[in-house]
Amino acid sequence: MPNYRAPQIHSSEITPEEVWQSRRHWMKAAGASLLTGAAAGWPSIGGAATLPSLDATVSKQFFTMEPRTPEKDAASYNNFYEFGLDKGDPVKHAHRLQTSPWKLRIEGEVVSPKTLDIDDIRKLAPLEERTYRMRCVEGWSMVIPWIGYSMSELLKQVQPTGNAKYVEFITDVQPKNMPGLSSRTIQWPYNEALRLDEAMHPLTMLVLGMYGKVLPNQNGAPVRLMVPWKYGFKSAKSIVTIRLTEKQPVSSWMKALPSEYGFYSNVNPEVSHPRWSQATERRIGEDGVFAPKRKTLMFNGYGNEVASLYTGMDLRKNY
Amino acid sequence: MIRTVSARTLDRAKILLFAAGLFPLARWIWLGMQNDLTANPVEFLSRSSGTWTLVCLLVTLSVSPLRQWLQQPALLRWRRMCGLFTFFYASLHALAWAWWDQSFEWAPMLSDVWKRPFIMVGMAAFLTMSLLAITSTHGWMRRLGRRWQHLHSLIYAIALLGLLHYYWHKSGKNDFTTVAIYAAVTALLLGWRLLRFQKRRAP
Repeated sequence: MPNYRAPQIHSSEITPEEVWQSRRHWMKAAGASLLTGAAAGWPSIGGAATLPSLDATVSKQFFTMEPRTPEKDAASYNNFYEFGLDKGDPVKHAHRLQTSPWKLRIEGEVVSPKTLDIDDIRKLAPLEERTYRMRCVEGWSMVIPWIGYSMSELLKQVQPTGNAKYVEFITDVQPKNMPGLSSRTIQWPYNEALRLDEAMHPLTMLVLGMYGKVLPNQNGAPVRLMVPWKYGFKSAKSIVTIRLTEKQPVSSWMKALPSEYGFYSNVNPEVSHPRWSQATERRIGEDGVFAPKRKTLMFNGYGNEVASLYTGMDLRKNY
Repeated sequence: MIRTVSARTLDRAKILLFAAGLFPLARWIWLGMQNDLTANPVEFLSRSSGTWTLVCLLVTLSVSPLRQWLQQPALLRWRRMCGLFTFFYASLHALAWAWWDQSFEWAPMLSDVWKRPFIMVGMAAFLTMSLLAITSTHGWMRRLGRRWQHLHSLIYAIALLGLLHYYWHKSGKNDFTTVAIYAAVTALLLGWRLLRFQKRRAP
């Protein structure tokens, strides 16, 4: 029998999936901007491969040996209700988010309120890449390399007054670009808050990018919060206002479902959600369909760093 | 006027109903082959099996009204298969919970059922449905006689429990659009029965 050899295809001839996928996004976005006549600025695009890269020093302090979640999963499985309730909705609709120009206002109980644009924020402190675990309240988790710096760098600049006890983070509202705003699930704008000492903790991060690039819109471009020891919804996306307050702010989720979501929302395997257990989680993109769920760690495994913030508190009451 | 379809024709066409009933399963396999079950296939399959259980349940409940509206009494011969497909997807839905959510650990499963009304209601619906599936054979119909009819009226309770289960699931996001659609269809199908019941009672 003659030996048949299939023709070899050079790997250089194969178009990587991200590239051909991004072409579709790019063409859609280009078409959309032509229609709307939005000529100013680069159209915001959902495809990860087309995003500009963002240089950062890899942090040795904030690092995990756990495998990273595939970028495709982290950028396509999102909760961002402004773009729809389904986790597949944000990647479909978030290209409509207008991220440039962007102004971030820091106000309230501060000595010097500031309004910054993205370039100001980028230059404010050296950018670091930190790999954090992220645990969603719904029972799944990811491991994501974020780019940014500690939120404290920003807060030091505005000098909180003696009255400042809490920090509130408010997401932008763009009625024309956010199809999810018609849902009455929660009150818009989306807001979240931390105690000032939580916000000043070095782990609490102001995020501008992930996976070596600027943030995809569905992940909260151009600037978001990341608090790795709390459930994911605490880490507000696409932030336009940071407000320091004396009184504890009421977050969107506390208003919507006070029995299910409290102010602290620390990852805690011992305190169940009213409708499901929080003892275990499924790691997206890593745990196979036949693998059992893994155990959730107290404070998402950041207990050594943050447990002292809650000394003497009953974390069952302060959920 | 539509021609009345004979029982024999419907019996022969049952294979089509069977194929239609397998559509959700075939879709999952197809999506799996395309690597298109989302980033969280386990969650997708758990939820999708629940949704299809509700759809099959409503199809089963619409057989009797359709028999009357279309004047096709022989449609009754398709009702059992509709009910059994409902049970098939409900079983997969329960299996998804027991396996993916609970790893078949009996103690946590029992406490989950006991502590969470959302799970308890779903489980109650599933266990009741199992009873109906077991007694769906000709043998059991004969053995139970008139009582079979009464026993299988439990499908109305199952439908309401299933809806409540779905409502509680969706209440986490205050997202009741789809719940309202399923509830409206259920109300229509049960309302038709109430009206018929009243008419029969009226002198």
